[in-house]
Amino acid sequence: MKKIITLSLMGAVLATGHAQARDYDTVRIGVDIPYVPMEYRTPDGTLTGFDIDLGNALCKQAELDCKWVIQGWDGIIPGLQARKFDAIMSSMTINDDRKKQILFSDPYMTPPSAWFTPKDSTISSPNEESLKGKSIGVQRGTVQDNYVTDHYGSNASIKRYATADDVAIDMEAGRLDIAFLDYPTGKAALVDSKSGQFKTVGEMLTEPKKYFGEGFGIAFRKRDRELAETFNKALAELKDNGTYNTLYTKYFPDAKAE
Amino acid sequence: MEQLSTLWQPLLDWMNGNDIFTPNTFAMYWTGLTNTVQLVFISLLIGLVLAVPLAIARGSRNQVLRKSIWFYTYLFRGTPLLIQLYLAYYGFAFIPGIQETWLWFFLDDPLYPALLAFTLNTAAYTTEIFHGSIQATPRGEIEAARAYGMSKAKMMRRIVLPSALRRALPAYGNEVIFMLHASAIAFVVSITDLTGAAYYIYARFYAPFAAFLFVAALYMVLSFSIQALFKYLEKRLLAHLKPAR
Repeated sequence: MKKIITLSLMGAVLATGHAQARDYDTVRIGVDIPYVPMEYRTPDGTLTGFDIDLGNALCKQAELDCKWVIQGWDGIIPGLQARKFDAIMSSMTINDDRKKQILFSDPYMTPPSAWFTPKDSTISSPNEESLKGKSIGVQRGTVQDNYVTDHYGSNASIKRYATADDVAIDMEAGRLDIAFLDYPTGKAALVDSKSGQFKTVGEMLTEPKKYFGEGFGIAFRKRDRELAETFNKALAELKDNGTYNTLYTKYFPDAKAE
Repeated sequence: MEQLSTLWQPLLDWMNGNDIFTPNTFAMYWTGLTNTVQLVFISLLIGLVLAVPLAIARGSRNQVLRKSIWFYTYLFRGTPLLIQLYLAYYGFAFIPGIQETWLWFFLDDPLYPALLAFTLNTAAYTTEIFHGSIQATPRGEIEAARAYGMSKAKMMRRIVLPSALRRALPAYGNEVIFMLHASAIAFVVSITDLTGAAYYIYARFYAPFAAFLFVAALYMVLSFSIQALFKYLEKRLLAHLKPAR
């Protein structure tokens, strides 16, 4: 009899443990810095960036207490599994390989890709017509490369480089008419480091998904389905009440929010 | 028969289902192939034409001429081709005001700076190959030419060069193949050569084996064709050096 009670108690504990992983009051979020403008430290040491601000806003919305944990990229998924923190919000692109390991929230943003030209360029909106016969610089094998190759490959000359800095060098030398890069990278390599020589033109792109991917998601342990739902709900609310848009334009002033 | 088709089925499925070997990627490889062949062929041709007079002048009695050509070959054989390519492509582009001159027409396109670097490099090696071969001309042949009262120019044209260039053939064949393989660095200056095409396909489909093994096979076909050509030439042109049977 005693044995049966013990067993059923154990069963009950196991069952509840399974159905409802844990109630979180404090959520620790892992982040790898620096990746400007998504997550970095200001000169006085405070953590900031789009991920950080959005993460804090989400926690406030969901009435959770959040703490950021700095973790190098290589150990960030193992760190989540080992319970060093409960979520990852670090510009992590959602993909199938990662989905096998971890649970993703709804995508909270797709990193925009942007067109860069020399300051005095006459190209104002990149399209089939205005890019005809122009030379377009891209980083080899990136989503931007694929997009440009498929759309403009037949009537513009596409030059592929190993890094965004190589693109910047050839743009400065005058060999490139326009470059198509992931916005944070291109901004750092062209607009910020060579001040006043380059500008962004046209619309930033995050669509079609076929090229630009599903975007960044917040990662959780697979069993923490409820926590992920909480974040998804909070994200939807922030998008509705305009907080999301305010944050997005703060960090990506030239881009159109999704 | 039944068994054969079950054996082939996986391969057929793979051929239909794969997205790496499609008309698009073949077009990419084709561009790469034409660029590589063009680049290597033109630079070897100009290099060869330059190397013959340079090799003759390299053995000249004129100190200044001899030393300056020695210095040129020393410089180009002493530094990596990659550095020479960077200098030709990025270096010249940053000379102030060069964008305004007619030179920019050549510098704007990555193909010309690459041609310049490759040509000067192969010319340096080929000069040394030919120079060594000219030096190794048997003394007897030169004495015989002198005995016939040939002028220096005539002797060079009729006696020294024909035999020296023939003897240089095996070493020169090596240089041609080296040049083909060395041209794989052209993609760093945004030329879509064979390696550049393979790199693009690797990066797009994350398929290193498919992309690089295929391109390695293409290089191998090119190498073997060059080897076959030189083997044929050696058989024809070096027949007189074969031991008598």
